[in-house]
Amino acid sequence: MGPISSTITRLYGPRGWLALGAFAFVLFVIFPLLSLVVPAGNPLHISAYGVTLIGKIMCYAMVAVAMDLIWGYTGILSLGHGLFFALGGYSFGMYLMRQIGRDGQYQSDMPDFMVFLDWKEFPWQWWNSDQFWWALMLVVLVPGLLAFVFGYFAFRSRVKGVYFSIITQALTYAAMLLFFRNNTGFGGNNGFTDFKRILGVSITTDGARIVLFVITGAALIGTLLLGRYIVTSRLGRVLTAIRDAEARVMFCGYNTVQYKLFIWTLSAVLCGIAGALYVPQVGIINPSEMSPANSIEIAIWVAVGGRGTLVGPIIGAGLVNGAKSVFTQLLPEYWLYVLGLLFILTTLFLPQGVVGLLARLKGRSA
Amino acid sequence: MRGFLIAVMLAASTCAGPAAALEAHTVSKLATGDSDEKIAAIGALVAGADPRAAILLQALADGELQVAGKRVLIVKSGEATDAATGEKVTPLPAEREDVIANNRVRGAVQGALAALKLVSPDRATRLAAAKELAGGADESVLPLVKKALEKEGDPAIRPLLEQIAATLELKGGAKESRIAAIRMLAQSGSSNAKTLLLSALEGEKDEDIRLAAQASLDRIEGRLAWNQRAGLLFAGLSLGSILLLAALGLAITYGLMGVINMAHGELIMIGAYTTYVVQNLFRAQAPGAFDWYLACAVPASFVVAAAVGMILERTVIRWLYGRPLETLLATWGISLILIQGVRSLFGAQNVQVENPAFMSGGIEVLADVVLPWSRIVIIFFALGVVALMWLLLTRTRLGLYIRTVTQNRSMAACVGVPTGRVDTWAFGLGSGIAGLAGCALSQIGNVGPDLGQSYIVDSFIVVVFGGVGQLAGAVYAALILGLSNKMLESWAGAVLAKIAVLVFIIFFIQRRPQGMFALKGRAVE
Amino acid sequence: MSHRRLFVRKIAAFAGSMAVISALGLSAPGAHAQGKTVKVGVLHSLSGTMAISETVLKDVALMTFEEINAKGGVMGMKIEPVVVDPASNWPLFAEKARQLLTQDKVAAVFGCWTSVSRKSVLPVFEELNGLLFYPVQYEGEEISRNVFYTGAAPNQQAIPAVEYLMSKEGGGAKRWVLLGTDYVYPRTTNKILRAFLKSKGVAEKDIDEKYTPFGHSDYQTIVADVKKFAAGGKTAVVSTINGDSNVPFYKELGNQGLKATEVPVVAFSVGEEELRGVDTKPLVGHLAAWNYFMSIKNPANDEFVKKWAAYAKKKNIAGHKDKPLTNDPMEATYIGIHMWKQAVEKAKSFDVAKVSEAMSGQTFTAPSGITSRMDEKNHHLHKAVFIGEVKADGQFNVVWKTSGPVKAQPWSPFIAGNDKKKDEPALMAEKK
Repeated sequence: MGPISSTITRLYGPRGWLALGAFAFVLFVIFPLLSLVVPAGNPLHISAYGVTLIGKIMCYAMVAVAMDLIWGYTGILSLGHGLFFALGGYSFGMYLMRQIGRDGQYQSDMPDFMVFLDWKEFPWQWWNSDQFWWALMLVVLVPGLLAFVFGYFAFRSRVKGVYFSIITQALTYAAMLLFFRNNTGFGGNNGFTDFKRILGVSITTDGARIVLFVITGAALIGTLLLGRYIVTSRLGRVLTAIRDAEARVMFCGYNTVQYKLFIWTLSAVLCGIAGALYVPQVGIINPSEMSPANSIEIAIWVAVGGRGTLVGPIIGAGLVNGAKSVFTQLLPEYWLYVLGLLFILTTLFLPQGVVGLLARLKGRSA
Repeated sequence: MRGFLIAVMLAASTCAGPAAALEAHTVSKLATGDSDEKIAAIGALVAGADPRAAILLQALADGELQVAGKRVLIVKSGEATDAATGEKVTPLPAEREDVIANNRVRGAVQGALAALKLVSPDRATRLAAAKELAGGADESVLPLVKKALEKEGDPAIRPLLEQIAATLELKGGAKESRIAAIRMLAQSGSSNAKTLLLSALEGEKDEDIRLAAQASLDRIEGRLAWNQRAGLLFAGLSLGSILLLAALGLAITYGLMGVINMAHGELIMIGAYTTYVVQNLFRAQAPGAFDWYLACAVPASFVVAAAVGMILERTVIRWLYGRPLETLLATWGISLILIQGVRSLFGAQNVQVENPAFMSGGIEVLADVVLPWSRIVIIFFALGVVALMWLLLTRTRLGLYIRTVTQNRSMAACVGVPTGRVDTWAFGLGSGIAGLAGCALSQIGNVGPDLGQSYIVDSFIVVVFGGVGQLAGAVYAALILGLSNKMLESWAGAVLAKIAVLVFIIFFIQRRPQGMFALKGRAVE
Repeated sequence: MSHRRLFVRKIAAFAGSMAVISALGLSAPGAHAQGKTVKVGVLHSLSGTMAISETVLKDVALMTFEEINAKGGVMGMKIEPVVVDPASNWPLFAEKARQLLTQDKVAAVFGCWTSVSRKSVLPVFEELNGLLFYPVQYEGEEISRNVFYTGAAPNQQAIPAVEYLMSKEGGGAKRWVLLGTDYVYPRTTNKILRAFLKSKGVAEKDIDEKYTPFGHSDYQTIVADVKKFAAGGKTAVVSTINGDSNVPFYKELGNQGLKATEVPVVAFSVGEEELRGVDTKPLVGHLAAWNYFMSIKNPANDEFVKKWAAYAKKKNIAGHKDKPLTNDPMEATYIGIHMWKQAVEKAKSFDVAKVSEAMSGQTFTAPSGITSRMDEKNHHLHKAVFIGEVKADGQFNVVWKTSGPVKAQPWSPFIAGNDKKKDEPALMAEKK
């Protein structure tokens, strides 16, 4: 019991656990109740729109936390995290496409786009893609392996700083162009849409949506705890040291490549999982998720929320995407001004992000 | 059809007498008939040998022919003349309809006009006409070409006429003359010659002719292949010069100052829009000097973009030095605002920036290799900008200051360099150069709110590939990327070429983590 | 300790921000026919890469609503447009569609441009039984009972254009370059055209298919390749290059001196709006195939163009206030909205099923000069096809047109297996 309880107290104090518990309670109990039990006419009812919207934002929040582990704590800015997110999404999307079965436009066993391209059998990438367990493995393995190989060479060659950022950007850009091609075998520009089922269950029912929502919430909380576990451990302190003075850490005898590689791969895997949860909720995955602008935006969520904290990215992702959803409707022609100003003002006046602002307010009141 | 026309024309030219008016029936057929009738009318018109025929045909080619009731008018800058009689028509009838010439009719008109001009006393007119006919002539022009050949002494026109004659004799005539014509064609090396030879080969029974044609074809194809390679080289250079222009400003703001300027693309866009505004001013205020609007647009785009850049530096970026990654966030916000601002101001659609006359069209340096003037001008423009920037950085006080601040900011401040002001000027310089890039890009591509977005990734890649902080690196990087992209494109297609170049850069950075021209020693950290 | 308290605050802040989002986004007013208004959605990108094409469709939709409202609205109810910006972001399209249908409870949605945006919202419309009017020419291979397609299917645009170029009048082309941006619309169109050309006896070696990436801006090699290919015989280029890449393509074409009388280029995505950004003098004679051109002369079009010019001036729409232009998708939007109004009034209800049924056979005097009819079954408009040659002023000369409206074939007979497809939405077919 000892080590576990010490771990528990190391992660958060009683108030922290309480807050997290309350958060989990809202996600796992209140939300499903409001969505499923409260009738549609009631003002407290949360519609499918609300469920998928918040589900989507939670996926983004996971990505933001993953990004923060590598950028906020280790000081490596990746401008290619959208790629790992999309790869996770594609891996799971393949399974979802197979689950459509014969309900597509062409009533064939193959996905519509393959019928259209006159493909008679599945290309090698689609091997075993109708198996759920295989899809889950791919979700972890594809982003993980790519990140591992890419990171291994990049960190071993000591590619650093902006050079690293730009080659990650080049990587995601190249992947986007590759996935745009119809011949790559992933539906080209249209990507995957029109999903019907997971494990044989229709995904358009409220129940299925809530299940996905709860799983996403659990994954987010899991990511948060994992992140907390890492940053409070010795590993976390080494990572922070790498961020602040990598040369010194090396001279102290640490092999920084291993540390960086570990956190980089982990971060990519977390993105992949978030992507896999994202796809069935928004109903589409296509190569524009890999566009460099999307990856930059991930960095922006983290910066708005507060770098180097774990809750910050979650708040940032929620704030930016929430603002986007609201303002694209309220001010369809002016929302870019609002968003742009938000970014500028955050950097100028809130260098530590929203979390930093809260900390400052607290410091003043105390 | 064209043959008939020429034959009649030849006959007519010998007994040309001034006619009072063109036959109304023919003119009205030309204006209102279907394509077959129109083409017949063109033949008849030329047969009439009236000097007005050329004017009428030219008007049809230029889309200046209109029908008002039963009258056919030539309407030029608001003034109408009767097409048949040449009388002025005032006032301009309100109900007019354009006479539409489709590609087929326009082709016939061009052939007729060219044939008419082949015997013109003016050398330039004859040359143009010969070139026109060399592009593909009907065999019935042969007598006219031969007649023109007899008189033609001009060294530029004569070979063209010979070539035309050769191509025309290819299809008919005696075996010897055909073989001679085929050999003749081998010297031209244009793709038209290839087309002709291919058609000659098709269905040809005579073995000698087949052999000769095949030999000529091989020679032409060999030459065309080389020309194509030369064309590719130029395309690569041109792409390189564009990448260079786009990246040069960034090489200063990012390379020297360390600001990850995501709004760089939008500064390019501002330069392009400034060009657009200047162009419109010229069109409205001084249409006569329209061809010279660029002379005004180049400095204007520099100044406007530089001013925007300096304002940004003073208000936003100033507070973020030493926090490079945060400049990314703020400049991203700025770029969103600038894009939407332009969208509100000029509309979401593209705007039209017209090339000045001297920059439109191209020069055919080799058979089938046309170098567009706009691209040639841009290559030299890019060279000029690089040279100026180099002079500025190495030969002026501002350049000295910029370099000192780059190397050691606090030391520079200690010895009295006004670092704050230098930052503003340097940022303004980088932004101004982005504006120049926008001015250049407006001549070959889109001018729209998204213009900058398509160049930002490439610009960063150029700067990083060359080595941050290295001007020479940016130049080499842009050229290498431009050339390799074009070479690969001709081989693997545009999509795969782009992917291959990106992958190459990823590998290259593994080998040389600081770009091509790495800073050495302690400056690295 | 303070650190932990901070964490509590953070969680609270997150919950708070979620609550704000919920309050702002989720509790939009319901009830679709409050008082005397009916809500309809406009789902066009106003930012991002597609804003360049789609913004004007939003404006033309608003103009049409205003026009209908001025004449008393739909069934006496004023139309209240709900404009959202899906920002050229495909998942956002689906989200916004869901928002329009469930939060704003709109009676119909007019929107989408790219195929991928339509594919993205389609499941949402089918799940929630909404009604979408899609105004852009597209690749076909789709019929949904929840969508009415007011743009052209391939047989209403691509095939007539190619037939024209094959004819003596069009130049009698023997060789073909199929040039497009690498995405589904060009791929499908070219696939159909390839099959069509083969059926007309064109050999494989006389067809060259080429694709460029999105946003491609350097057409030097492509144009040089076209020239090389054209040396082999009379060649025509069929361009399905996506909107934004057209300007650099045409500029290169003009500068390299490829004339329309030698190698004509026919485009399916280039209209008046796209040519706005190009100097058209070197491009005279190149072609476009559409179901509407601004230069078409008839009373309905004169009125449409005049109305648009006045509206653009009144609303101060940038670009259009000085140089108003209309194009095919704008006309299709205009027809779609009017037909929807007529169908609602025929059905005397906003109910999707009833309106859908009333849509079949609905007619409208279109600005293109024909009486446009919604097909009784396949949810596509019958359209006249026009082929226009570019004029020096950026407008088009109509050089050829079909003798009457053409019925859409969303399932192209030139794609294997389509002969078995039903020419009507699946669910409706089952009911009968």
